[in-house]
Amino acid sequence: MTTTTEAPAVTPVAAPRKLSYVKAFNEGLAQAMREDENVFVAGEDVAGYGGVFRMFDNLLDEFGPRRMIDTPISEAALVGLGVGAAARGLRPVVDLMFMDFIGVCLDQIVNQAAKMKYMFGGGLSVPLTITTASGAGLGAAAQHSQSLEAWLAHVPGLKVVMPSDAYSAKGLTVSAIRDDNPVVVMLNKVLLGSTSEVPEEIYGIPLGQAHTARQGSDVTVIALGRMVGEALAAADELAAEGVEIEVIDPRTVQPLDTETMFASVRRTNRVLVVHEAVTFGGLGAEIAAQIQDTVFDYLDAPVLRIGAPFSPVPFSPVLEKAYVPDRARIAQGCRRLLERS
Amino acid sequence: MAQRASTASKKSPQVSTQVIRDLHERMVRIRLFETEAGKLMEAGKLPGFLHLYVGQEAVAAGVMAALRDDDQITSTHRGHGHAVAKGVGFREMYAELYGRVTGACLGRGGSMHINDLTRGMLGANGIVGAGVPIAVGAAFAARYKGEDSVAVTFFGDGATNIGAFHEGANMAAILGLPVVFVCENNGYAEFTPQSGHMLLTDVADRAAAYGMPSVIVDGMDAVAVHRAATEAVERARAGAGPMMIEAKTYRFFDHQGVKGLRHPYRSDEEVAEWKSRDPIDLIEARAVADGTATRAELDDVWQRTRDEIADAIAYAEASPLPDPADLLLNVYSG
Ligand SMILES: Cc1ncc(C[n+]2csc(CCOP(=O)(O)OP(=O)(O)O)c2C)c(N)n1
Repeated sequence: MTTTTEAPAVTPVAAPRKLSYVKAFNEGLAQAMREDENVFVAGEDVAGYGGVFRMFDNLLDEFGPRRMIDTPISEAALVGLGVGAAARGLRPVVDLMFMDFIGVCLDQIVNQAAKMKYMFGGGLSVPLTITTASGAGLGAAAQHSQSLEAWLAHVPGLKVVMPSDAYSAKGLTVSAIRDDNPVVVMLNKVLLGSTSEVPEEIYGIPLGQAHTARQGSDVTVIALGRMVGEALAAADELAAEGVEIEVIDPRTVQPLDTETMFASVRRTNRVLVVHEAVTFGGLGAEIAAQIQDTVFDYLDAPVLRIGAPFSPVPFSPVLEKAYVPDRARIAQGCRRLLERS
Repeated sequence: MAQRASTASKKSPQVSTQVIRDLHERMVRIRLFETEAGKLMEAGKLPGFLHLYVGQEAVAAGVMAALRDDDQITSTHRGHGHAVAKGVGFREMYAELYGRVTGACLGRGGSMHINDLTRGMLGANGIVGAGVPIAVGAAFAARYKGEDSVAVTFFGDGATNIGAFHEGANMAAILGLPVVFVCENNGYAEFTPQSGHMLLTDVADRAAAYGMPSVIVDGMDAVAVHRAATEAVERARAGAGPMMIEAKTYRFFDHQGVKGLRHPYRSDEEVAEWKSRDPIDLIEARAVADGTATRAELDDVWQRTRDEIADAIAYAEASPLPDPADLLLNVYSG
């Protein structure tokens, strides 16, 4: 121990850097492009305009028109371009702007990209990344607001990630691009401007690994995408009532890290699954089924699901607000689970 | 190779006084509906997206003036002009933009889904190109039922790069259906100029690939559009099959909203040049020169429309919001 009167050496603690979700995505993409010359981006208004959600800002300046390609409004050809280029060793990032538009190119995603490696006996891989914006909340109505992860997660061969904050937007995007499989990156429109701490260097978040966003002992809330933030807010509300909620963010919904969920259920004995997509046939059903298959004996109450009602996304803000699950409904769900002893 | 009808004659054709007045009124109605909607959006009163049609009025007016109430149309994300010209009421349109239960979609659809089945307006559409095959189906139904109505599908230059357009065009042609394909070529798909998304100068060339005749018209000249539409509609009604009209036009506002100068994807000079050929100015100058209408009569149309719009906005603002308890209304029939 020193006794000098010298001022102690100050280790400069870098102020944690906060970045918005959309900028974090953009940074991860740019770094992945720098890392691998085979990465290119194609989509409608992604190059000259920088993307309608500013996702691709400034990338044309750095990477030029060889690697940033504006395409016609031709989603089937766009995804097909990605599939063919990926089959020949490139790492395409193709952007579908709004997730709803997968309706016009589903064949290329489901029957081509997802199945090629398997059908061809494993001789090639399809390292394709599809980026798109999902979710309600902007009054964008039924054809511009859907959360269709369950469609895609149902298809063997595809991977699907749902970043819930800026940190995961960057890390999951980088991992999606580095992955040798077709991966759909579902960015959430409402989260685009939200900020969180994001390291400056490039990093990947392992696909298929859930994140425990908050630890708690009373109820496990498994929340997808934007619902993670709502669940954390609900947890704050419940903490004031003396209830400790554990919030699990799967981050990747295909493959799904069920082990982290099972471990949590063994501790809390109660589970609520929440997603923005309609409840019927949603991932909540899959997660609930897997939990009861494996850790049924640990459950003190049936697994509860919260999702959207079985209707298209309504336009009117008053309806849209009632449609999308929120912190109040999540808190209420947790209280219901706790009422059962 | 399918024939191309002569391209728009430089001189506008002769039409009746009544047609000129009709075209003028339809255009004024669209213009005022749209500019007021733009103001409401800028004032933060409207949720969602607003794709304004201002500048393109001559196309909707010219085509719709050639249609009957029972003729069907399918529209696009930029659909207000088509709806107004087809006769959809201001009240239900504004109420929809406001998300009120009195709106054209009961507040469920918003700007991109306005429709009115009583007027043959089969809906605006949020999916680019998706209206094309739907119009083909509507035309099929008309023929199937032995009716002589036609279907008109509106789409942009950008939409002709979508598979649905090509499949729909070929289907209509091979089945010989009464469909009029109206391309509103405003030179841009969002922020991408036409030269950045197709190598053709004329979208009408695409019709030839399906054995469909086509015509190119000045989309700022409502009379020229009307003449071409009348011919195409008459052909279709008579059983001669589909035809394409390409109207060269321009949108004065941004792709979405009123002005978004974030990215200079087009120059001020270009916008000014097109604005100097404002379709309403053109028809008014013509009407006054021809003696079709006096300035006072034209002004009266504006004033009457303004009053009607003020009433409709007041109606929308006073209308109730939808009840969240009715969230599942109309998901299914029966
Ligand atoms: C299938 C699909 N892809 C992309 C979009 C996004 N989008 C909306 S409007 C638009 C441009 C349409 O251009 P054009 O058809 O020329 O019509 P304009 O906007 O010029 O009237 C695009 C790309 C969409 N709505 N649907």
